[in-house]
Amino acid sequence: MTVITQAAFIRWLEVFADYIAAEKDHLTELDSAIGDADHGINMARGFQAVLLKLPTLADLDIGAICKAVGMTLISTVGGASGPLYGTLFLQMGAETGGKQALSLAEWAAAFAAAVQGVQRRGKALPGDKTMLDCLLPAVTALNAAADQGLPLDQALNLAEQAARQGMLATIPLTARKGRASYLGERSAGHQDPGATSAHMLLQAAVQAWG
Amino acid sequence: MKKLINAPADVVNQALQGMALAYPNLLQVHFEPNFIVRRAAPASGKVGVISGGGSGHEPMHGGFVGYGMLDAACPGAVFTSPTPDQMLEATKAVDGGAGVLHIVKNYTGDVLNFEMAAELAQMENIEVAAVVINDDVAVQDSLYTAGRRGVGATVLAEKLSGAAAEQNRPLGEVTEICRKVNAQARSMGMALTSCTVPQAGKPTFDLPESEMEIGIGIHGEPGRMRMTLKSAAEITALLAEAILDDLPFHRGDEVLAFVNGMGGTPLLELFIVYQELVKICQGRGITIARNLVGSYITSLDMAGCSITLLRLDDELTRLWDAPVHTPALRWGC
Repeated sequence: MTVITQAAFIRWLEVFADYIAAEKDHLTELDSAIGDADHGINMARGFQAVLLKLPTLADLDIGAICKAVGMTLISTVGGASGPLYGTLFLQMGAETGGKQALSLAEWAAAFAAAVQGVQRRGKALPGDKTMLDCLLPAVTALNAAADQGLPLDQALNLAEQAARQGMLATIPLTARKGRASYLGERSAGHQDPGATSAHMLLQAAVQAWG
Repeated sequence: MKKLINAPADVVNQALQGMALAYPNLLQVHFEPNFIVRRAAPASGKVGVISGGGSGHEPMHGGFVGYGMLDAACPGAVFTSPTPDQMLEATKAVDGGAGVLHIVKNYTGDVLNFEMAAELAQMENIEVAAVVINDDVAVQDSLYTAGRRGVGATVLAEKLSGAAAEQNRPLGEVTEICRKVNAQARSMGMALTSCTVPQAGKPTFDLPESEMEIGIGIHGEPGRMRMTLKSAAEITALLAEAILDDLPFHRGDEVLAFVNGMGGTPLLELFIVYQELVKICQGRGITIARNLVGSYITSLDMAGCSITLLRLDDELTRLWDAPVHTPALRWGC
């Protein structure tokens, strides 16, 4: 694949929803260690709603699809993940309005804007043990790959690897945002659930577009 | 998991249906999006007071909808913040032209969702003020955390702000009272057992028979430290001293003392804690002028308690004594 078509974009959302459904219990387990034991349940509920919505979006451009997905998540997920994932897709939609397909460079720009939106909404910094610790390295890797003119599949693999490393790097961190932060040092030694679901965005991209 | 439920996914909706059937004279329940609203809303010229949060803390918040307290409450899924569409619809339903106060507990999800809701309401020309409640002294290092959590003071803030709104005071004054309650109240809780989220099906954390968790939040999130189980006197002292030193409270202060059950602790034990608390306050020269003892902000089936102390002044005492008629709190009418 050299460009991400509208159909491929929808495929990505479906694959991501499948990952979330399959990993629902694992995400909730990670969250019960350092949070409030609802991340998998909430994300699964939200992306189940997205899956139901997708057939009605089949004729829309990528930006409009993103906006509909974002609004669906905001009204169905709850918790912190609802506004954060909702904002991610709304910002991605703002960058991709009217587009029927995305080049690697366009995807990298949209993804970067989406992650910036998450950062503005949640006000977390790198190293706070949040989904940003997974997403920011993925943005850097994707941008670098786009600048070097790498093929899409290679770029996606690099972004997924960076995201995975970022996700694993949350394990020793002490949380400074979200409910895990109340544990202080006791949050160290646990992988962040938000970083774990965020990594699946990149995993799903590799599977759908790689 | 042993619970009186039909299916984990139906817990919140079926409980809301039950509330609607139990209190038809006080409130109405709106579904999709879910919110509980006062029978008489909106009241023209009166500030609307709304709150919301995850379910599992009953009677908070829905049990406080009624005369002299909340105009609406937005229940999320269990332990999960409600969503902005719920808060927006609730805000519109209670707006009588004098603006709406959002009382928000300081949890990342609640704050983010209420922020988005306030932005949406303002786009529809409804004046919204928000007060974030953060009274939990168990969170020591608020610089490196999401900040102190909102716990017991939320119940008091809802009563006192609601009483002020009932007197048709303007949004600025109602908001100021809510801020004052938050500034003058401190809380700390403890757990004897974990709670079990219906959809998770097993206890959120393991707490051995001989241990307790001090500084617990209201979502089963582990607290500040774990220690060997102690007597009610020692536990009350642990909680009370952390609270008293934090504001700090002084000799001669009049306070409202709120001993709250976490959901799985009998009132019998809460009164034991209360009489220990009275002794501690007496020892410090602090007068308990008003009290509230019972389970009002709970954590599903968790056993344990929290203590909240609010420094009173004449205005707050008068507002506390003002009539209230809700499913969970009623006096004076």
